[in-house]
Amino acid sequence: MIKMQACFAIRCMAQLRGAAGGLRRLAETRKGPDTPNTDAPSLGAHRDSMLKIAIVDESPIRAAILEDGLREAGFTQVERIAETHNLLARVYALDPDVILIDLESPSRDMLEQMFQMSRAVKRPVAMFVDQSDSASIRAAVDAGVSAYIVDGLKKERIISILDLCISRFNAFARLQGELDRAKDALEERKVIDRAKGVLMKAKKLSEEEAYALMRKTAMNENKKIVDIAQLLLTAAELFK
Amino acid sequence: MSNAKLRIGYIPLVDAAALIVAVDMGFAFAEHLDVELVREVSWSNVRDKLNIGMFDAAHLLSPVAIASSLGMGHVRVPIIAPFNLGLNGNAITVSPRLFSSLDGLADGDSADPIVSACALARLVADRKARGVEPLTFGMTFPFSNHNYQLRFWMAAGGVDPDEDVRLVVLPPPYMVESLASGHVDGFCVGAPWNSVAVDSGVGRILHFGCEIMVRASEKVLAVREHWAAENNETLGRLVRALTGASAFIDAPNNHLAAATAVARRLGVEAELVTRSLAGNLKISPDGTTRIDDRYILIGRDDASRPDPVQAAWLYAQMARWGQAPLSEELAATARAAFRPDLYDAALGVAPSVGVCEPRDGVGGFIGPAFDPADISGHVASWRIKRPGRPRLSVVR
Repeated sequence: MIKMQACFAIRCMAQLRGAAGGLRRLAETRKGPDTPNTDAPSLGAHRDSMLKIAIVDESPIRAAILEDGLREAGFTQVERIAETHNLLARVYALDPDVILIDLESPSRDMLEQMFQMSRAVKRPVAMFVDQSDSASIRAAVDAGVSAYIVDGLKKERIISILDLCISRFNAFARLQGELDRAKDALEERKVIDRAKGVLMKAKKLSEEEAYALMRKTAMNENKKIVDIAQLLLTAAELFK
Repeated sequence: MSNAKLRIGYIPLVDAAALIVAVDMGFAFAEHLDVELVREVSWSNVRDKLNIGMFDAAHLLSPVAIASSLGMGHVRVPIIAPFNLGLNGNAITVSPRLFSSLDGLADGDSADPIVSACALARLVADRKARGVEPLTFGMTFPFSNHNYQLRFWMAAGGVDPDEDVRLVVLPPPYMVESLASGHVDGFCVGAPWNSVAVDSGVGRILHFGCEIMVRASEKVLAVREHWAAENNETLGRLVRALTGASAFIDAPNNHLAAATAVARRLGVEAELVTRSLAGNLKISPDGTTRIDDRYILIGRDDASRPDPVQAAWLYAQMARWGQAPLSEELAATARAAFRPDLYDAALGVAPSVGVCEPRDGVGGFIGPAFDPADISGHVASWRIKRPGRPRLSVVR
């Protein structure tokens, strides 16, 4: 099964939107450590819907599932980036507040460069919802979700986005698991059918007899019927 | 004795050889260690999974271990290095087109890094005058020797790495393709990716990392300081297993066996790995080779023993290029991240007196001898620097 993980890069830039056109300008405009934090809790709900979220994922299905979830939760500004070429240029052009990226994508290192280039992101705290909150970290990582947050973005806001993404990623993992199992079942079916054909031809058996023989052998050998079928096909190949 | 179970993260590169050989060829088992090696796709993942305890230990870029301990670019988690997995091993590879441009402008042999750096400066000035896009170079991570070696080299010729060219982070598996597509004009990366670029005809190795810096701590075995304190005995076993594996790898008779084990984990031909271990690399698609027995050092010349001078050097690069502020306190923290004492204790040996060659422990191809006690003096000695203003690059 494909292992799914996401990394969330969350940048506290909402308060600066409108004043700055992008990270590079932010870098120039926000130099001091004493930038006022206008992140008032009373405006939280409204601000969250305004958060611009970018999803970087090579899996279009998962990206769609994530996007749907975020839209259902009221986030209206969600964009997907499928390409890894010029990733940073795309991210800069979108200028998102939150970046979701599949942890299994090597492109994650490219995003790290972004945190070097801008003073707006003073301290991206990868995977740490709060340095003291190890339970949240573990929950996120167990689900395959990690988070970048920046000093100043409220913990409660991160948690709600994180929870949503954890459940969506788990849902996708289940879906993928079912799909994989269905594929496996189909493959097994094919192997068994081919082995049946070999037996029918070699021993002049009917289809039912061939299947019954394989099943009996599997039971005697304490093996799965597909394993017996595979052995049979391998042996048949050798005798060719 | 019961076996200790360990999860160790790594990136598929030749300098993970000590870990791979330790696990796959029985050195870890002999020390009663049951190690699960977990292949990762990004340094960010390795760092984060080590930080939060999903890994007990990791194959990590040496500067990342220091950056973690300093809290640079990331949350501060004290990470220590009780074992040095490898020195050197990088190379600067350029497109055949950039190589011929540099070679044409070279005032001497372009195999000499000062000659090539000056040629690059001329090329950069020429392109600027003609209004041509700046050259782009790939490297693997903001906190990496790849970044620092590219910068050290080009700055020596008068090229400002932040103003005159573009430096972009690229995951190693994307390097060759990016060079082929013209997305980058050159890159600095570890083995085997330079050889892959040469073999596929899209790159020419310009310099080995060891021509820029004679000794550079490339990857360390990184563990959390807390974990090391609580698992002192297990850590000792791991250090011994890695020491045994490193000695095995270093013996020329074993190169093939070691390369075979490493290549299996990396998913490349064993011959590519053998070339790197032997320091005998094809540098040009036309078949030209270059030999340097310092190309990669695993286990040899005291390479395994963590050297605080190396940590100080890496911190000096962070300070020179504005990734970290300059302070005595940070310098001391950086040095303390490399733990030769734990290495000595694990092996039951007396502290070694250190290596005498090069004299300053680093051996930069240009500049004054490095004094780890005077990092501000070191940074001040360079004309091109960017202290106090963290900025990496412009992106395409």
